[in-house]
Amino acid sequence: MPVSKYVITLCDGPSCMQKRSKQVKDVIKVELEKAGLADKVRVITSGCLGMCAKGLIMIVNPGYVIYGNVTEKDIPEIVEKHLLKKKPVARLLIEEDHLYNRFYRVFGDVNFFGKQMRIALRNCGIMDPENVDEYLALRGYEALAKVLTSMKPAEVAAEVKKAGLRGRGGAGFPTGLKWEFTAREKDPVKYLICNADEGDPGAFMDRSMIEGDPHTVIEGMIIGAYAIGAKEGFVYIRAEYPLAVKRLEKALADAKREGFLGDNILGSGFSFDIEIRLGAGAFVCGEETALIHSIEGSRGMPRPRPPFPAQSGLFGKPTVINNVETWANIPVIILDGADWFSSIGTEKSKGTKVFALAGKIKNTGLVEVPMGTTLRQIIYDIGGGIPNDKKFKAVQTGGPSGGCLPEKYLDTQIDYDSLAAAGSIMGSGGMIVIDEDSCMVNMAKFFLQFTQDESCGKCTPCREGTKRMLEILTRITEGKGVDGDIEKLERLGNMIKKSSLCGLGQSAPNPVLSTIKNFRVEYEEHIAAKKCRAGVCEGLVTYEINAKCVGCGACKRVCPTAAIAGSPKTVHVIDQAKCIKCGMCFKTCKFSAITKK
Amino acid sequence: MADTVVKTADPKMAELRKFMAEQKKTQYNDEASLIAILHKAQELYGYLSVEAMDEVAVTMKIPTAHIWGVATFYHYFCLTPKGKYVISVCLGTACYVKGADEIMSKIKDELKIKVGETTPDKLFTLQEARCLGACGIAPVMMINDKIYGTLTPKKVTEILNNYRKQG
Repeated sequence: MPVSKYVITLCDGPSCMQKRSKQVKDVIKVELEKAGLADKVRVITSGCLGMCAKGLIMIVNPGYVIYGNVTEKDIPEIVEKHLLKKKPVARLLIEEDHLYNRFYRVFGDVNFFGKQMRIALRNCGIMDPENVDEYLALRGYEALAKVLTSMKPAEVAAEVKKAGLRGRGGAGFPTGLKWEFTAREKDPVKYLICNADEGDPGAFMDRSMIEGDPHTVIEGMIIGAYAIGAKEGFVYIRAEYPLAVKRLEKALADAKREGFLGDNILGSGFSFDIEIRLGAGAFVCGEETALIHSIEGSRGMPRPRPPFPAQSGLFGKPTVINNVETWANIPVIILDGADWFSSIGTEKSKGTKVFALAGKIKNTGLVEVPMGTTLRQIIYDIGGGIPNDKKFKAVQTGGPSGGCLPEKYLDTQIDYDSLAAAGSIMGSGGMIVIDEDSCMVNMAKFFLQFTQDESCGKCTPCREGTKRMLEILTRITEGKGVDGDIEKLERLGNMIKKSSLCGLGQSAPNPVLSTIKNFRVEYEEHIAAKKCRAGVCEGLVTYEINAKCVGCGACKRVCPTAAIAGSPKTVHVIDQAKCIKCGMCFKTCKFSAITKK
Repeated sequence: MADTVVKTADPKMAELRKFMAEQKKTQYNDEASLIAILHKAQELYGYLSVEAMDEVAVTMKIPTAHIWGVATFYHYFCLTPKGKYVISVCLGTACYVKGADEIMSKIKDELKIKVGETTPDKLFTLQEARCLGACGIAPVMMINDKIYGTLTPKKVTEILNNYRKQG
């Protein structure tokens, strides 16, 4: 194989794919052929690089040159100037502040990557996820070899415990401890599960990790299996992630072929195999006992604990369940040691956390930061702040089980305990930024709609209670709220939290309770003044025509109820009794003459 | 009911039977492979028909009632045939914050169907998706396997019209 002079990495995460990453790749091949560079330049596609807002992202190495917003049209210029004349195309470069940290060198000089610390995502975007050799070149499976040749199973669990790694799925249980509990069980048959049923809306880190670096997750699982003595493992992954499933299948087959998986791994006498199990779209299956039921082929409903899966899990055998991100951290801990790992983060939360940053923010995407980073740093320094000069209102963490935190919590250092103290949760890492255009009551309603719909129906408080809460919230957003509704929501919410069996029910009221706590005044406005300050709740909005009206009549023509009157070239008027608040006039007016209150 | 399933020469059914036979060899117990089998059946037929579920019941010796229970529990399984183009509108948080509900109501208006329904001409099925993991380009919808991002109600009309033209 000829040695490549250049390596071009193209992101093909879902956002970049939509920006025609496949077509761009084809054009690159054609252009390279034309320039006679076909065998001198390697083109690889990677999983999500995380910088979704500036997609399509393309990295040219050597030199760590990062291009953004690349289209097919730009390719001839890049080939000619950069590859042939060695001058990067300035207009496409992503230019941000220059910074430095441990993992950022490979990503080049931009702020977005510079303030991150990529451990779980260390290979995402650097290697070709479908090529096991590239993973090997990045110290892949070295941790596995180290474990099999020089460590006893108990030492592995002890190392992970010492590193202070806590479950990244949300609850934050110490991983090493979980392994030790399972290893201690006498039953010779044990199972191991990777939870990749990423159900939180707005969270896509597990998907990106499996799409970008499936071998890290597999290696972590094999090491875990060695530590607890499991022979078989499962990856429970969403059926909605076909690319992730495909790459995982390929990676498993490659690992097996290379002797990292299967019988007698690396000649050590230790055997372990992994199977993929597809989920089928049930949010509650992220809960470990429900997930186990789903793998067993039943309805995914949780059951009471104890016994914990560590004692009696899959098929009644001791089972370890960890989230994708947790597994991805394992090889690094083994390679670089517990002391190094535990030097990162806060006192009780070690290492880094991956967040899916989305909502009203400039740089939407995936970020990995050390525990203890503040929300402000993530949102403003990495995320670039709020677009269109809008005002920050809240940040929602932890998906539908989490809470909304207002501005006063922006300097909270992120870790499991501080987020819990602030009234939210770490969760699996969804982070949605909300600006002044969103109504908090409506947000709470949105999340509750989700959990209400996803409630499995086993426990009455969750099944019926969330429904009643949703009815009250709907009433409030329609302008039919009455005195005492807030108190009723609080009472119901606290009751559901206390009396539900699993995490879904116990956390379902969180979005409502946290918005009441932090934005009570908005609830009161909705109920008493029948006003929605963000102008979101349709039942509470009034449209009025102001003095900017030129009398063009456009609004009059679109109004479905003929509620607008006025003769040409005079200011029109809306008859509030006839208005159904559909907003058509507001959208149609070209002169900003209609105000929404 | 289940005992009366007639062995037809349907090639899809033959493939499903073959898949079940493989699963029987590898699985821990027959029930544990149920979800994988239902995935296969849906992949072959596009939905889970009563006939397919009966066939699974007989072969795997699982009561049809249990299969029905599992099939109705999970959102991914669909018990009615779908249209040629399945539109999944993402209603995840990131999309919601960026106006996914407007996109949804526009599609409902355009197609004159509700969520979960199929147009009378069997061209479009409308469904909601939890999160497509493409939050960077919210709001998003997926038509069959293709993702459309940074949507506006106007873009939606254009996209739907293109599909209508293709028929």
